[in-house]
This record gives sequence, C-alpha cells and structure tokens, in this order.
Amino acid sequence: MAFDDAYDALTDHEDDARWAYGTGFSDPLAGVPGDLPDGVDREDLAAYCLMLGDDALILSHRLQQWITRAPELEDELALANIGLDLLGQARLLLTRAGAAEGRGRDEDALAMRREVAEFRNVRLAERGDDDFAHLVARLCAFSVWRLELLQQLTGSRDPMLAAIAAKGVKEVTYHRDYAAQWVVRLGDGTGVSRQRMAAAVDALTPVLGELFQPHPVETRLAAEGVAVDPAGLRATFDDIWAYVLTTATLDPAAAPAVTSSTGAPAGGRDGVHGPELGEILDEMQGLARSVPGGAW
Amino acid sequence: MTSHEWPLFEVFVRAKRGLNHVHVGSLRAADHEMALHHARDLYTRRNEGVSIWVVRSDAVVASDPAAKESFFEPSGDKAYRHPTHYAIPDSVPHI
Repeated sequence: MAFDDAYDALTDHEDDARWAYGTGFSDPLAGVPGDLPDGVDREDLAAYCLMLGDDALILSHRLQQWITRAPELEDELALANIGLDLLGQARLLLTRAGAAEGRGRDEDALAMRREVAEFRNVRLAERGDDDFAHLVARLCAFSVWRLELLQQLTGSRDPMLAAIAAKGVKEVTYHRDYAAQWVVRLGDGTGVSRQRMAAAVDALTPVLGELFQPHPVETRLAAEGVAVDPAGLRATFDDIWAYVLTTATLDPAAAPAVTSSTGAPAGGRDGVHGPELGEILDEMQGLARSVPGGAW
Repeated sequence: MTSHEWPLFEVFVRAKRGLNHVHVGSLRAADHEMALHHARDLYTRRNEGVSIWVVRSDAVVASDPAAKESFFEPSGDKAYRHPTHYAIPDSVPHI
C-alpha cells in the first residue's frame, strides 16, 4: 500500500466500481485440496457428508416454507437468510458426498433424485411447525447442536470438511443467536407466548435424543479423526439448552432424557423418516423430476 | 400507529474501509437488540457493512419543513463559502 495517498486505505482497488453494493466477497473453500484423506472409506465419507448435508437441506426447505407466512416482514427475511445459509452448507456437503462416492452424482442429483429412505437427515430437521414458537424452538435446538458439531469438525482430518465447517460456524452462530433470542422473548413474554413456547419445547423432546445417537458410519469416521462423534456433543448441548430455557423462564428439566446408546430405534440417520419427509420431497423435487435436466 | 405495532427504528450502516455511517432505511422491531438483528438481516446481507447503528425514530429530532426559508436559503447566495477555487486531484475519491 502506498503511503503517499491516504485514500488508498479507504478504497478497495479490486472492485471499487461496486462500492455501494458491498465488496470483498471471498470463496471460503479457495485453495482447499479436494483429495480424499488417506485410508478413509469412500462410502463412509460420502454417507457422512450426506448426513450433515441433508440436515441442512431439509431444514432449509422447512424455513423456505415460512416465506410469506412469517409474522413480520423483518423476520421473514431473517428466516430466508438462515435458509439460504443452510442451503449453501448443503450444496458444499452434497458436492463433497458426490466426490467421495465417485459415481458421478453432483449436488443436484443427490438433492433431487433420492428417495425418502436414502435421506440421512435427523428427524428434527424435517418436523413441521405448528406455529412460530415451534419453528424458533426447533431452530434453536438444531443450531445449538450443529454449532457444537461444526466447531469440532473444523479439526477434521478431511481438509474439505474442515473448511466447510469453518464457514458454517460463523453462519450457525448467528442462527443460534437469532433463535435463542426468540425463545427467550416468547418464553419470558405474555401468558400466551409463554404457553406456546413451553408447548413447542415439549414437542421437541421426542426428536432430540437422536441428535446424540452415533451411527456406525460416524463412529468409524470419528475414530479416524474425520467425523465428530455426536455422543460427545451431549454435555455442551444440555448446558446451553438449559441456559436458554432458564433465561426464557421455562423449565430446564424439559430437556430430553438421554437415549441409551444400545438398542436405540433406527432413526433419520438410517433413512427411517416420518411421513413429513415424503411431503417435503414431493414439493422440493417435483419440478426437478418433472423437467429432467432443466436449467434456469 | 396502533399499540400492536412495533416501534420504528432508523438504521445506519458503515461500509467497509472507514467511511462514515450512512442512513440506509428504517425497520420495525420490539427493542434495540431485535432492531440490530433485523438491520443485519435487511441491510447487510450483500456484504455491505462492518458496523450498524440503530436509533428509535422518535428519538430523532428533525428540522421543520416550514422553516426551510430561514434555515437553508440564507446560504444559497454565498458561493464564496464553497471551496470551488481549489483543484481536486483525480486520486481523491468520494468528494
């Protein structure tokens, strides 16, 4: 930088022409090697990327369903932004899954041409929302869990997963903040809002245990330093979840009971989903399936 | 404004590289914290900003449009107050 022109410090020489609209965009994956880490099973890595990618993809679709239905214009845009963040994470993770799998499927093929039983998302992501309280409670629990997961995943031996996680940490930190503020605002609000938020938190309980249930793929990859063992997220999740609920003047004992790690029923990670996921896929995949190869 | 509507806030965003905060618009929010969240979501989603100020619109004191003549017009004929006699180098932007 030249010191003979003070304005050098104020302007961005790379694309100053677009000064008013935001500049300095960057690619978080620039320079990250795409090679698969040594000794890692391709099918396992692909399955793991699908798990994390499907979580983001399906919740993103649920958030998009709130567009035109949010209680305030400002919150509608917030939900759209969060949905877009998650869609971006899903794209990167599905692309990585396709590369690891090595059968020529790209992100679109994986998102639009799989059946319900092939989706690996946790059931928390696919749940429908009875009202705005259900949505923000669900988003809060999901974000608390995913933030801790992504933070640990930044240390993955797969440099691509580590880079995707590092990008996601910044995004999900905001999602958690946004959702937690709403949980507190509604829980510690009027009689009606408090009742609805308490009901929303109760309704989450059946699907929270699954978040910490290690799938054999996760266990194998965690042992190799590639994946995060979800069982290890439990303690931090419980602390933060209890803190949010307490701040919202709700009963922290409403946090879910620990699921036994042995003999647990099959869940979303195994491709076992509720009827809601079929409805989501009908809507999400309908156009892509009716116009194969279509581009816009 | 009905009692069920959130109060209005004015939003100021500072673009990168040290330029001043600029008024970019207004929004509704229940409190200052929510206003900051909303401002971030409405006005910086295209990488525009590095700092946001929000202020309740009813805290802004504005000049009276009816006082326009006495407030602003006296400066209209005093060209000697303008630095028009200086040559500005091409390398000085944003002026």
